[in-house]
Amino acid sequence: MPELTVNGIAIDDTFAEAFDMRATAIVITAATERWAAQAAETMTGFATSVIGCGCEAAAESVRSPQQTPDGRPGVRVLLFAVSTAELQKQLQNRVGQCVLTSPGSACYAGLDSGEDKLKLGDAIRFFGDGWQIAKRLGARRYWRVPVMDGEFVCESTTYLTKKAVGGGNLIVMGESSAKTLAATEAAVKAMHEVADVIMPFPGGIARSGSKVGSKYNGASASTNDLYCPTLKGAVDSALSPEIASVLEIVIDGLTSEAVAQAMRAGLAAIIELGPERGALRVGAGNYGGKLGRHHYHLKDLVR
Amino acid sequence: MTPLTFSLRKAPDQRLDLSPLIERNLAGKTVAEIERIEVGTTRIRVAAGDVFRIREGDPDTIVIEGGSARFDRVGLGMTSGSIRVEGEVGVEAGRMMSGGQLTIRGDAGPFAGSGMRGGTLDIEGDAGERLGGPLSGETVGMSGGLLHVRGDAGPRAGDRLRRGFILIEGRAGAYAGSRMIAGTLAIGGQAADLPGYLMGRGTILLGRGATLFSPSFGDCGEHDLVAAQLLANYVAQASAKLARLLRRPLRRLAGDLAALGKGEILLPHAQ
Repeated sequence: MPELTVNGIAIDDTFAEAFDMRATAIVITAATERWAAQAAETMTGFATSVIGCGCEAAAESVRSPQQTPDGRPGVRVLLFAVSTAELQKQLQNRVGQCVLTSPGSACYAGLDSGEDKLKLGDAIRFFGDGWQIAKRLGARRYWRVPVMDGEFVCESTTYLTKKAVGGGNLIVMGESSAKTLAATEAAVKAMHEVADVIMPFPGGIARSGSKVGSKYNGASASTNDLYCPTLKGAVDSALSPEIASVLEIVIDGLTSEAVAQAMRAGLAAIIELGPERGALRVGAGNYGGKLGRHHYHLKDLVR
Repeated sequence: MTPLTFSLRKAPDQRLDLSPLIERNLAGKTVAEIERIEVGTTRIRVAAGDVFRIREGDPDTIVIEGGSARFDRVGLGMTSGSIRVEGEVGVEAGRMMSGGQLTIRGDAGPFAGSGMRGGTLDIEGDAGERLGGPLSGETVGMSGGLLHVRGDAGPRAGDRLRRGFILIEGRAGAYAGSRMIAGTLAIGGQAADLPGYLMGRGTILLGRGATLFSPSFGDCGEHDLVAAQLLANYVAQASAKLARLLRRPLRRLAGDLAALGKGEILLPHAQ
Protein backbone atom coordinates (compact mmCIF):
# COMPACT_ATOMS: atom_id res chain seq x y z
CA MET A 1 0.00 0.00 0.00
CA PRO A 2 2.72 2.57 0.81
CA GLU A 3 3.44 4.76 -2.19
CA LEU A 4 4.95 7.77 -0.55
CA THR A 5 8.06 7.85 1.61
CA VAL A 6 9.00 11.00 3.49
CA ASN A 7 12.18 11.18 5.56
CA GLY A 8 12.35 7.39 5.49
CA ILE A 9 8.79 6.93 6.74
CA ALA A 10 6.23 5.22 4.54
CA ILE A 11 2.95 7.10 4.22
CA ASP A 12 0.06 4.87 3.16
CA ASP A 13 -2.01 5.98 0.20
CA THR A 14 -5.16 5.95 2.27
CA PHE A 15 -7.45 8.25 4.18
CA ALA A 16 -9.03 8.71 7.58
CA GLU A 17 -12.80 8.58 7.49
CA ALA A 18 -14.62 10.77 10.00
CA PHE A 19 -18.19 11.56 10.97
CA ASP A 20 -20.41 14.50 11.75
CA MET A 21 -20.86 14.98 15.49
CA ARG A 22 -22.44 17.38 17.94
CA ALA A 23 -19.98 19.16 20.20
CA THR A 24 -19.79 21.71 22.95
CA ALA A 25 -17.10 23.34 25.03
CA ILE A 26 -16.79 24.62 28.58
CA VAL A 27 -14.10 26.47 30.48
CA ILE A 28 -13.40 25.27 34.01
CA THR A 29 -11.59 27.62 36.37
CA ALA A 30 -10.23 27.16 39.88
CA ALA A 31 -7.95 28.90 42.34
CA THR A 32 -4.95 27.17 40.75
CA GLU A 33 -4.28 25.62 37.36
CA ARG A 34 -3.69 22.30 39.11
CA TRP A 35 -7.28 22.22 40.42
CA ALA A 36 -8.80 23.42 37.15
CA ALA A 37 -6.91 20.62 35.39
CA GLN A 38 -8.03 18.16 38.06
CA ALA A 39 -11.71 18.94 37.47
CA ALA A 40 -11.21 18.69 33.71
CA GLU A 41 -9.39 15.39 34.02
CA THR A 42 -12.03 13.93 36.32
CA MET A 43 -14.91 14.87 34.05
CA THR A 44 -13.18 13.49 30.95
CA GLY A 45 -11.51 10.41 32.42
CA PHE A 46 -14.11 7.97 31.15
CA ALA A 47 -14.87 9.65 27.84
CA THR A 48 -12.69 7.93 25.28
CA SER A 49 -15.31 6.69 22.86
CA VAL A 50 -19.01 7.26 22.19
CA ILE A 51 -19.35 3.49 21.89
CA GLY A 52 -19.10 2.86 25.60
CA CYS A 53 -18.84 6.24 27.31
CA GLY A 54 -21.70 8.22 25.76
CA CYS A 55 -19.34 10.96 24.65
CA GLU A 56 -15.77 11.71 23.76
CA ALA A 57 -14.22 14.46 25.82
CA ALA A 58 -10.85 15.83 26.87
CA ALA A 59 -9.06 18.98 27.93
CA GLU A 60 -8.27 21.06 24.86
CA SER A 61 -6.11 23.86 26.22
CA VAL A 62 -5.01 25.69 29.33
CA ARG A 63 -6.41 29.20 29.75
CA SER A 64 -4.44 31.94 31.48
CA PRO A 65 -6.19 34.11 34.10
CA GLN A 66 -6.43 36.85 31.45
CA GLN A 67 -8.42 34.49 29.21
CA THR A 68 -11.09 33.41 31.71
CA PRO A 69 -14.23 35.24 32.82
CA ASP A 70 -13.28 35.29 36.52
CA GLY A 71 -9.57 36.04 36.18
CA ARG A 72 -8.45 32.65 37.51
CA PRO A 73 -6.52 29.92 35.68
CA GLY A 74 -8.67 27.62 33.60
CA VAL A 75 -8.90 24.66 31.28
CA ARG A 76 -11.08 24.40 28.20
CA VAL A 77 -12.82 21.05 27.74
CA LEU A 78 -14.48 19.82 24.53
CA LEU A 79 -17.25 17.21 24.50
CA PHE A 80 -18.49 15.31 21.44
CA ALA A 81 -21.55 13.07 21.10
CA VAL A 82 -23.73 11.65 18.38
CA SER A 83 -26.91 13.51 19.33
CA THR A 84 -27.94 16.72 21.06
CA ALA A 85 -29.87 14.80 23.72
CA GLU A 86 -26.89 12.58 24.56
CA LEU A 87 -24.55 15.57 24.63
CA GLN A 88 -26.87 17.38 27.05
CA LYS A 89 -27.08 14.31 29.29
CA GLN A 90 -23.32 13.75 29.32
CA LEU A 91 -22.60 17.45 29.92
CA GLN A 92 -24.86 17.83 32.92
CA ASN A 93 -23.90 14.48 34.48
CA ARG A 94 -20.20 15.11 34.12
CA VAL A 95 -20.28 18.74 35.24
CA GLY A 96 -22.60 17.81 38.09
CA GLN A 97 -20.50 14.93 39.36
CA CYS A 98 -16.98 16.06 38.51
CA VAL A 99 -16.80 19.86 38.28
CA LEU A 100 -19.37 20.95 40.86
CA THR A 101 -17.63 18.63 43.32
CA SER A 102 -14.10 19.85 42.65
CA PRO A 103 -12.66 22.36 45.19
CA GLY A 104 -12.98 26.01 44.17
CA SER A 105 -14.23 25.27 40.68
CA ALA A 106 -16.36 27.46 38.41
CA CYS A 107 -17.67 26.62 34.98
CA TYR A 108 -18.36 28.79 31.92
CA ALA A 109 -19.43 28.42 28.31
CA GLY A 110 -16.49 27.52 26.08
CA LEU A 111 -18.20 28.35 22.79
CA ASP A 112 -19.47 31.86 22.02
CA SER A 113 -21.77 30.83 19.20
CA GLY A 114 -23.41 27.78 17.71
CA GLU A 115 -26.58 26.39 16.20
CA ASP A 116 -28.19 25.67 19.56
CA LYS A 117 -27.71 26.00 23.30
CA LEU A 118 -27.20 23.37 25.99
CA LYS A 119 -28.12 23.77 29.64
CA LEU A 120 -25.08 24.14 31.84
CA GLY A 121 -25.84 25.93 35.12
CA ASP A 122 -29.52 25.73 34.24
CA ALA A 123 -29.24 21.98 34.81
CA ILE A 124 -26.94 22.10 37.85
CA ARG A 125 -28.62 24.93 39.79
CA PHE A 126 -31.14 22.64 41.46
CA PHE A 127 -28.33 21.37 43.68
CA GLY A 128 -28.74 24.71 45.46
CA ASP A 129 -32.06 23.53 46.90
CA GLY A 130 -33.57 26.99 46.54
CA TRP A 131 -30.51 28.92 47.75
CA GLN A 132 -29.10 29.31 44.22
CA ILE A 133 -28.89 32.86 42.87
CA ALA A 134 -28.97 33.92 39.21
CA LYS A 135 -27.01 36.96 38.07
CA ARG A 136 -27.33 38.36 34.57
CA LEU A 137 -24.34 40.36 33.34
CA GLY A 138 -25.06 41.74 29.86
CA ALA A 139 -25.87 38.86 27.56
CA ARG A 140 -24.57 36.24 29.97
CA ARG A 141 -26.33 34.69 32.95
CA TYR A 142 -24.63 32.93 35.80
CA TRP A 143 -25.81 30.72 38.63
CA ARG A 144 -24.30 30.91 42.08
CA VAL A 145 -24.89 27.68 43.96
CA PRO A 146 -23.88 27.61 47.64
CA VAL A 147 -21.47 24.76 48.38
CA MET A 148 -19.35 23.87 51.38
CA ASP A 149 -16.24 25.82 50.26
CA GLY A 150 -18.18 28.89 49.12
CA GLU A 151 -20.11 29.14 45.89
CA PHE A 152 -20.09 27.15 42.66
CA VAL A 153 -20.43 29.71 39.85
CA CYS A 154 -21.73 28.25 36.62
CA GLU A 155 -22.85 29.97 33.43
CA SER A 156 -26.47 29.12 32.62
CA THR A 157 -25.91 27.76 29.12
CA THR A 158 -23.23 26.97 26.60
CA TYR A 159 -23.44 26.65 22.85
CA LEU A 160 -23.61 23.54 20.71
CA THR A 161 -22.11 23.13 17.25
CA LYS A 162 -23.38 20.70 14.66
CA LYS A 163 -20.33 21.23 12.45
CA ALA A 164 -18.08 19.08 14.64
CA VAL A 165 -16.20 16.09 13.27
CA GLY A 166 -15.26 12.92 15.14
CA GLY A 167 -13.00 10.10 14.10
CA GLY A 168 -10.05 11.72 12.37
CA ASN A 169 -7.14 9.35 12.97
CA LEU A 170 -3.58 8.31 12.34
CA ILE A 171 -2.31 4.74 12.65
CA VAL A 172 1.33 4.79 13.68
CA MET A 173 3.45 1.69 13.00
CA GLY A 174 6.95 0.95 14.19
CA GLU A 175 9.54 -1.77 14.73
CA SER A 176 9.23 -1.70 18.51
CA SER A 177 6.74 -0.64 21.16
CA ALA A 178 9.10 2.03 22.48
CA LYS A 179 9.77 3.63 19.08
CA THR A 180 6.12 3.51 18.06
CA LEU A 181 5.10 5.10 21.35
CA ALA A 182 7.78 7.80 20.97
CA ALA A 183 6.48 8.73 17.50
CA THR A 184 2.86 8.71 18.64
CA GLU A 185 3.64 10.83 21.70
CA ALA A 186 5.44 13.35 19.49
CA ALA A 187 2.39 13.50 17.22
CA VAL A 188 -0.04 14.00 20.12
CA LYS A 189 2.15 16.74 21.55
CA ALA A 190 2.11 18.57 18.21
CA MET A 191 -1.64 18.11 17.89
CA HIS A 192 -2.19 19.73 21.29
CA GLU A 193 -0.90 22.96 19.77
CA VAL A 194 -3.85 22.98 17.36
CA ALA A 195 -6.98 24.76 18.63
CA ASP A 196 -10.44 23.17 18.75
CA VAL A 197 -9.34 19.52 18.73
CA ILE A 198 -9.05 16.77 21.31
CA MET A 199 -7.51 13.33 21.28
CA PRO A 200 -9.90 11.52 23.68
CA PHE A 201 -8.01 8.27 24.35
CA PRO A 202 -5.55 7.83 27.26
CA GLY A 203 -2.84 10.41 26.75
CA GLY A 204 -4.32 10.90 23.29
CA ILE A 205 -3.36 7.37 22.22
CA ALA A 206 -5.40 4.18 21.58
CA ARG A 207 -3.65 0.83 21.45
CA SER A 208 -6.79 -1.18 20.83
CA GLY A 209 -7.99 0.08 17.48
CA SER A 210 -11.21 -1.65 16.48
CA LYS A 211 -13.04 -2.88 13.44
CA VAL A 212 -16.80 -2.81 13.01
CA GLY A 213 -18.59 -6.00 14.12
CA SER A 214 -17.58 -9.16 15.90
CA LYS A 215 -18.01 -12.90 15.68
CA TYR A 216 -19.89 -12.65 18.97
CA ASN A 217 -23.48 -11.51 19.14
CA GLY A 218 -23.98 -8.17 20.88
CA ALA A 219 -20.49 -6.77 20.34
CA SER A 220 -20.58 -3.85 17.92
CA ALA A 221 -16.81 -3.61 17.61
CA SER A 222 -13.86 -5.92 18.09
CA THR A 223 -10.09 -5.92 17.78
CA ASN A 224 -8.61 -4.71 14.51
CA ASP A 225 -6.94 -8.05 13.81
CA LEU A 226 -5.43 -6.87 10.52
CA TYR A 227 -3.26 -4.45 12.51
CA CYS A 228 -2.40 -6.77 15.43
CA PRO A 229 1.29 -7.65 15.13
CA THR A 230 0.90 -10.94 17.01
CA LEU A 231 -1.54 -12.12 14.30
CA LYS A 232 0.69 -11.22 11.36
CA GLY A 233 1.03 -14.84 10.29
CA ALA A 234 -2.51 -15.88 11.07
CA VAL A 235 -4.64 -13.33 9.19
CA ASP A 236 -4.45 -11.34 5.98
CA SER A 237 -2.41 -8.81 7.89
CA ALA A 238 -1.98 -5.19 6.93
CA LEU A 239 1.45 -5.28 8.53
CA SER A 240 4.76 -6.05 6.92
CA PRO A 241 7.22 -8.29 8.82
CA GLU A 242 9.25 -5.44 10.35
CA ILE A 243 6.23 -3.88 12.11
CA ALA A 244 6.02 -4.99 15.74
CA SER A 245 3.75 -2.36 17.32
CA VAL A 246 0.82 -0.22 16.17
CA LEU A 247 -0.83 2.73 17.95
CA GLU A 248 -3.71 4.94 16.88
CA ILE A 249 -4.52 8.59 17.51
CA VAL A 250 -8.19 9.51 17.25
CA ILE A 251 -8.97 13.19 16.71
CA ASP A 252 -12.26 15.01 17.30
CA GLY A 253 -12.55 18.63 16.22
CA LEU A 254 -15.05 21.44 16.38
CA THR A 255 -14.57 21.85 12.62
CA SER A 256 -13.33 19.64 9.81
CA GLU A 257 -10.50 22.07 9.16
CA ALA A 258 -9.31 21.73 12.77
CA VAL A 259 -9.16 17.93 12.39
CA ALA A 260 -7.17 18.25 9.17
CA GLN A 261 -4.84 20.73 10.80
CA ALA A 262 -4.23 18.39 13.75
CA MET A 263 -3.53 15.43 11.46
CA ARG A 264 -1.15 17.61 9.48
CA ALA A 265 0.68 18.62 12.67
CA GLY A 266 0.84 15.01 13.90
CA LEU A 267 2.22 13.71 10.62
CA ALA A 268 4.83 16.45 10.55
CA ALA A 269 5.99 15.54 14.05
CA ILE A 270 6.26 11.84 13.20
CA ILE A 271 8.19 12.61 10.02
CA GLU A 272 10.50 14.98 11.85
CA LEU A 273 11.33 12.36 14.50
CA GLY A 274 12.33 9.95 11.71
CA PRO A 275 12.43 6.14 11.46
CA GLU A 276 15.54 5.66 13.61
CA ARG A 277 13.86 6.96 16.75
CA GLY A 278 10.20 6.67 15.79
CA ALA A 279 7.79 5.14 13.31
CA LEU A 280 8.43 3.26 10.07
CA ARG A 281 5.01 3.76 8.58
CA VAL A 282 1.83 5.81 9.04
CA GLY A 283 -1.64 4.78 7.93
CA ALA A 284 -5.22 5.77 8.67
CA GLY A 285 -8.50 4.02 9.39
CA ASN A 286 -11.55 4.09 7.18
CA TYR A 287 -14.63 2.09 6.27
CA GLY A 288 -14.24 2.26 2.53
CA GLY A 289 -15.45 5.83 2.49
CA LYS A 290 -19.13 4.93 2.64
CA LEU A 291 -19.95 5.69 6.28
CA GLY A 292 -18.31 9.01 7.05
CA ARG A 293 -18.67 12.20 5.07
CA HIS A 294 -15.19 13.53 5.94
CA HIS A 295 -12.15 11.98 4.27
CA TYR A 296 -8.62 13.07 5.12
CA HIS A 297 -6.10 11.70 2.62
CA LEU A 298 -2.66 11.35 4.16
CA LYS A 299 -0.89 12.28 0.94
CA ASP A 300 -2.68 15.64 0.98
CA LEU A 301 -1.63 16.26 4.56
CA VAL A 302 2.11 15.71 4.16
CA ARG A 303 2.46 18.11 1.25
CA MET B 1 -22.71 63.71 12.15
CA THR B 2 -24.31 66.99 13.25
CA PRO B 3 -26.58 66.57 16.25
CA LEU B 4 -30.11 67.91 16.33
CA THR B 5 -29.72 70.68 18.88
CA PHE B 6 -32.27 72.35 21.15
CA SER B 7 -30.89 75.51 22.79
CA LEU B 8 -32.90 76.88 25.69
CA ARG B 9 -34.07 80.45 24.94
CA LYS B 10 -34.94 81.34 28.56
CA ALA B 11 -35.97 79.55 31.76
CA PRO B 12 -39.39 77.97 31.12
CA ASP B 13 -42.50 79.47 32.74
CA GLN B 14 -44.11 76.09 33.38
CA ARG B 15 -43.11 72.44 33.72
CA LEU B 16 -42.36 70.97 30.30
CA ASP B 17 -43.08 67.46 29.06
CA LEU B 18 -40.10 66.81 26.77
CA SER B 19 -41.02 63.18 26.07
CA PRO B 20 -41.87 63.91 22.39
CA LEU B 21 -38.26 64.91 21.73
CA ILE B 22 -36.93 61.42 20.99
CA GLU B 23 -35.54 59.99 17.77
CA ARG B 24 -38.61 57.90 16.99
CA ASN B 25 -40.80 61.02 17.01
CA LEU B 26 -38.46 63.39 15.24
CA ALA B 27 -37.13 61.28 12.38
CA GLY B 28 -38.22 62.71 9.04
CA LYS B 29 -39.53 65.97 10.51
CA THR B 30 -38.35 69.42 9.39
CA VAL B 31 -37.18 71.98 11.92
CA ALA B 32 -40.45 73.86 11.38
CA GLU B 33 -42.45 70.74 12.20
CA ILE B 34 -40.37 70.05 15.29
CA GLU B 35 -40.86 73.64 16.45
CA ARG B 36 -44.62 73.08 16.47
CA ILE B 37 -44.48 70.02 18.82
CA GLU B 38 -46.40 70.74 22.03
CA VAL B 39 -44.30 70.42 25.18
CA GLY B 40 -46.40 72.41 27.67
CA THR B 41 -48.22 70.95 30.67
CA THR B 42 -50.65 73.75 31.58
CA ARG B 43 -53.53 75.50 29.87
CA ILE B 44 -51.04 77.92 28.37
CA ARG B 45 -49.84 76.17 25.24
CA VAL B 46 -46.11 75.92 24.68
CA ALA B 47 -44.43 74.51 21.60
CA ALA B 48 -40.83 73.33 21.31
CA GLY B 49 -39.98 76.34 19.17
CA ASP B 50 -41.16 78.70 21.96
CA VAL B 51 -38.70 77.20 24.43
CA PHE B 52 -35.79 76.19 22.23
CA ARG B 53 -33.82 77.53 19.34
CA ILE B 54 -33.60 74.41 17.17
CA ARG B 55 -30.65 73.66 14.90
CA GLU B 56 -31.10 71.03 12.21
CA GLY B 57 -29.24 67.76 12.64
CA ASP B 58 -29.51 64.01 12.92
CA PRO B 59 -32.32 63.10 15.35
CA ASP B 60 -30.32 59.99 16.27
CA THR B 61 -28.07 62.37 18.22
CA ILE B 62 -29.99 64.95 20.18
CA VAL B 63 -28.38 67.66 22.31
CA ILE B 64 -30.38 69.84 24.67
CA GLU B 65 -28.35 72.89 25.60
CA GLY B 66 -29.26 74.45 28.92
CA GLY B 67 -31.03 72.44 31.56
CA SER B 68 -33.88 73.15 33.93
CA ALA B 69 -35.49 71.36 36.84
CA ARG B 70 -38.68 71.87 34.84
CA PHE B 71 -37.50 69.60 31.98
CA ASP B 72 -39.66 66.55 32.74
CA ARG B 73 -39.71 63.17 31.02
CA VAL B 74 -36.60 63.71 28.93
CA GLY B 75 -35.98 60.59 26.85
CA LEU B 76 -39.14 58.86 28.06
CA GLY B 77 -39.54 55.59 26.17
CA MET B 78 -36.48 56.12 24.00
CA THR B 79 -35.36 53.00 22.17
CA SER B 80 -32.21 54.05 20.34
CA GLY B 81 -29.85 56.88 19.57
CA SER B 82 -28.49 59.30 22.10
CA ILE B 83 -29.79 62.32 23.99
CA ARG B 84 -27.47 64.59 25.94
CA VAL B 85 -28.77 67.32 28.23
CA GLU B 86 -26.20 69.98 29.07
CA GLY B 87 -27.73 70.73 32.45
CA GLU B 88 -30.26 69.51 35.00
CA VAL B 89 -33.60 67.85 34.35
CA GLY B 90 -36.86 67.32 36.23
CA VAL B 91 -38.86 64.18 36.92
CA GLU B 92 -38.89 60.85 35.11
CA ALA B 93 -35.81 61.32 32.93
CA GLY B 94 -35.31 58.15 30.87
CA ARG B 95 -38.45 56.55 32.26
CA MET B 96 -39.34 53.34 30.41
CA MET B 97 -36.39 53.70 28.06
CA SER B 98 -35.41 50.42 26.42
CA GLY B 99 -32.31 51.35 24.43
CA GLY B 100 -29.92 54.11 23.50
CA GLN B 101 -27.91 56.43 25.69
CA LEU B 102 -29.32 59.28 27.76
CA THR B 103 -26.77 61.56 29.39
CA ILE B 104 -27.71 64.23 31.94
CA ARG B 105 -24.84 66.65 32.57
CA GLY B 106 -26.41 67.81 35.82
CA ASP B 107 -28.88 66.71 38.48
CA ALA B 108 -31.98 64.66 37.78
CA GLY B 109 -35.27 64.85 39.67
CA PRO B 110 -37.33 62.01 41.15
CA PHE B 111 -38.04 58.78 39.25
CA ALA B 112 -35.07 59.04 36.89
CA GLY B 113 -34.86 55.77 34.94
CA SER B 114 -38.20 54.69 36.34
CA GLY B 115 -39.11 51.31 34.88
CA MET B 116 -36.30 51.43 32.34
CA ARG B 117 -35.79 48.18 30.47
CA GLY B 118 -32.56 48.72 28.56
CA GLY B 119 -30.02 51.22 27.35
CA THR B 120 -27.84 53.45 29.47
CA LEU B 121 -28.84 56.42 31.62
CA ASP B 122 -25.90 58.45 32.82
CA ILE B 123 -26.54 61.17 35.42
CA GLU B 124 -23.43 63.22 36.07
CA GLY B 125 -24.92 65.08 39.04
CA ASP B 126 -27.24 63.87 41.78
CA ALA B 127 -30.47 61.91 41.34
CA GLY B 128 -33.73 62.50 43.19
CA GLU B 129 -35.80 59.98 45.08
CA ARG B 130 -36.93 56.59 43.77
CA LEU B 131 -34.21 56.27 41.16
CA GLY B 132 -35.38 53.58 38.71
CA GLY B 133 -38.45 52.93 40.81
CA PRO B 134 -42.04 52.36 39.75
CA LEU B 135 -44.73 55.02 39.80
CA SER B 136 -47.76 54.54 42.02
CA GLY B 137 -49.76 51.53 40.92
CA GLU B 138 -46.88 49.88 39.09
CA THR B 139 -45.49 46.67 40.49
CA VAL B 140 -42.02 46.59 38.96
CA GLY B 141 -39.25 49.16 38.79
CA MET B 142 -36.24 49.08 36.52
CA SER B 143 -35.95 45.77 34.66
CA GLY B 144 -32.86 46.14 32.51
CA GLY B 145 -30.07 48.39 31.33
CA LEU B 146 -27.53 50.46 33.18
CA LEU B 147 -28.30 53.48 35.35
CA HIS B 148 -25.18 55.32 36.44
CA VAL B 149 -25.26 58.26 38.88
CA ARG B 150 -21.94 60.05 39.42
CA GLY B 151 -23.23 61.97 42.45
CA ASP B 152 -25.65 61.05 45.24
CA ALA B 153 -29.10 59.50 45.01
CA GLY B 154 -32.21 60.28 47.03
CA PRO B 155 -34.30 57.92 49.14
CA ARG B 156 -35.49 54.55 47.86
CA ALA B 157 -33.02 54.28 45.00
CA GLY B 158 -33.67 51.03 43.13
CA ASP B 159 -37.11 50.51 44.60
CA ARG B 160 -38.63 47.31 43.11
CA LEU B 161 -35.53 46.81 40.93
CA ARG B 162 -36.01 43.62 38.94
CA ARG B 163 -33.01 43.36 36.62
CA GLY B 164 -30.13 45.49 35.40
CA PHE B 165 -27.57 47.62 37.16
CA ILE B 166 -27.86 50.80 39.18
CA LEU B 167 -24.47 52.30 40.00
CA ILE B 168 -24.31 55.23 42.41
CA GLU B 169 -20.83 56.64 42.93
CA GLY B 170 -21.83 58.79 45.88
CA ARG B 171 -24.20 58.31 48.78
CA ALA B 172 -27.77 57.02 48.79
CA GLY B 173 -30.80 58.05 50.81
CA ALA B 174 -32.86 55.90 53.13
CA TYR B 175 -34.30 52.56 52.03
CA ALA B 176 -31.89 52.07 49.12
CA GLY B 177 -32.94 48.97 47.21
CA SER B 178 -36.26 48.79 49.00
CA ARG B 179 -38.47 45.90 47.89
CA MET B 180 -35.88 44.79 45.35
CA ILE B 181 -37.03 41.84 43.25
CA ALA B 182 -33.54 41.11 41.84
CA GLY B 183 -30.78 42.95 39.96
CA THR B 184 -27.76 44.81 41.27
CA LEU B 185 -27.49 48.13 43.11
CA ALA B 186 -23.99 49.38 43.88
CA ILE B 187 -23.42 52.41 46.10
CA GLY B 188 -19.91 53.78 46.46
CA GLY B 189 -20.58 56.01 49.46
CA GLN B 190 -22.61 55.50 52.59
CA ALA B 191 -26.28 54.55 52.47
CA ALA B 192 -28.75 56.12 54.88
CA ASP B 193 -30.99 53.99 57.11
CA LEU B 194 -32.27 50.54 56.24
CA PRO B 195 -30.83 49.59 52.85
CA GLY B 196 -32.46 46.55 51.25
CA TYR B 197 -35.68 47.05 53.16
CA LEU B 198 -37.95 44.10 52.31
CA MET B 199 -35.78 43.03 49.37
CA GLY B 200 -36.54 39.55 48.04
CA ARG B 201 -33.56 38.82 45.80
CA GLY B 202 -30.73 40.78 44.26
CA THR B 203 -27.42 42.29 45.30
CA ILE B 204 -26.68 45.59 47.05
CA LEU B 205 -23.06 46.69 47.36
CA LEU B 206 -22.42 49.35 50.00
CA GLY B 207 -18.95 50.87 49.69
CA ARG B 208 -19.17 52.65 53.03
CA GLY B 209 -21.90 50.76 54.83
CA ALA B 210 -25.09 52.35 56.08
CA THR B 211 -26.14 54.56 58.97
CA LEU B 212 -28.49 51.81 60.18
CA PHE B 213 -28.98 48.21 59.10
CA SER B 214 -32.22 46.32 59.46
CA PRO B 215 -31.99 43.55 62.09
CA SER B 216 -33.69 41.31 59.54
CA PHE B 217 -30.41 40.75 57.65
CA GLY B 218 -28.25 37.78 58.70
CA ASP B 219 -24.46 38.09 58.79
CA CYS B 220 -22.95 35.34 56.63
CA GLY B 221 -19.33 36.35 57.24
CA GLU B 222 -16.56 37.55 54.94
CA HIS B 223 -15.79 35.76 51.67
CA ASP B 224 -13.77 35.92 48.46
CA LEU B 225 -16.60 35.39 46.01
CA VAL B 226 -15.90 34.27 42.43
CA ALA B 227 -19.21 35.87 41.45
CA ALA B 228 -17.91 39.21 42.76
CA GLN B 229 -15.05 39.03 40.24
CA LEU B 230 -17.57 38.57 37.42
CA LEU B 231 -19.56 41.51 38.79
CA ALA B 232 -16.40 43.60 39.10
CA ASN B 233 -15.39 42.90 35.49
CA TYR B 234 -18.84 43.96 34.32
CA VAL B 235 -19.09 47.05 36.54
CA ALA B 236 -15.56 48.11 35.54
CA GLN B 237 -16.89 49.03 32.10
CA ALA B 238 -18.75 51.92 33.75
CA SER B 239 -17.05 52.57 37.09
CA ALA B 240 -13.52 51.63 38.09
CA LYS B 241 -14.21 52.86 41.63
CA LEU B 242 -17.14 50.52 42.25
CA ALA B 243 -15.33 47.64 40.53
CA ARG B 244 -12.40 48.03 42.96
CA LEU B 245 -14.78 47.64 45.91
CA LEU B 246 -15.92 44.28 44.52
CA ARG B 247 -12.37 42.97 44.27
CA ARG B 248 -11.91 43.06 48.04
CA PRO B 249 -13.12 40.36 50.45
CA LEU B 250 -16.83 40.98 51.00
CA ARG B 251 -18.97 40.58 54.10
CA ARG B 252 -22.29 39.10 53.04
CA LEU B 253 -25.52 39.98 54.78
CA ALA B 254 -28.44 37.77 53.69
CA GLY B 255 -31.90 39.24 53.62
CA ASP B 256 -34.31 40.76 53.94
CA LEU B 257 -35.32 37.83 56.14
CA ALA B 258 -38.56 39.69 56.88
CA ALA B 259 -39.41 39.08 53.20
CA LEU B 260 -38.19 36.32 50.83
CA GLY B 261 -34.67 36.67 52.20
CA LYS B 262 -32.72 35.53 49.16
CA GLY B 263 -31.07 38.87 48.54
CA GLU B 264 -27.73 40.08 49.82
CA ILE B 265 -25.90 43.18 50.97
CA LEU B 266 -22.17 43.06 50.27
CA LEU B 267 -19.80 45.12 52.41
CA PRO B 268 -16.20 45.46 51.19
CA HIS B 269 -13.49 44.76 53.73
CA ALA B 270 -12.26 48.09 55.14
CA GLN B 271 -8.80 49.03 53.82
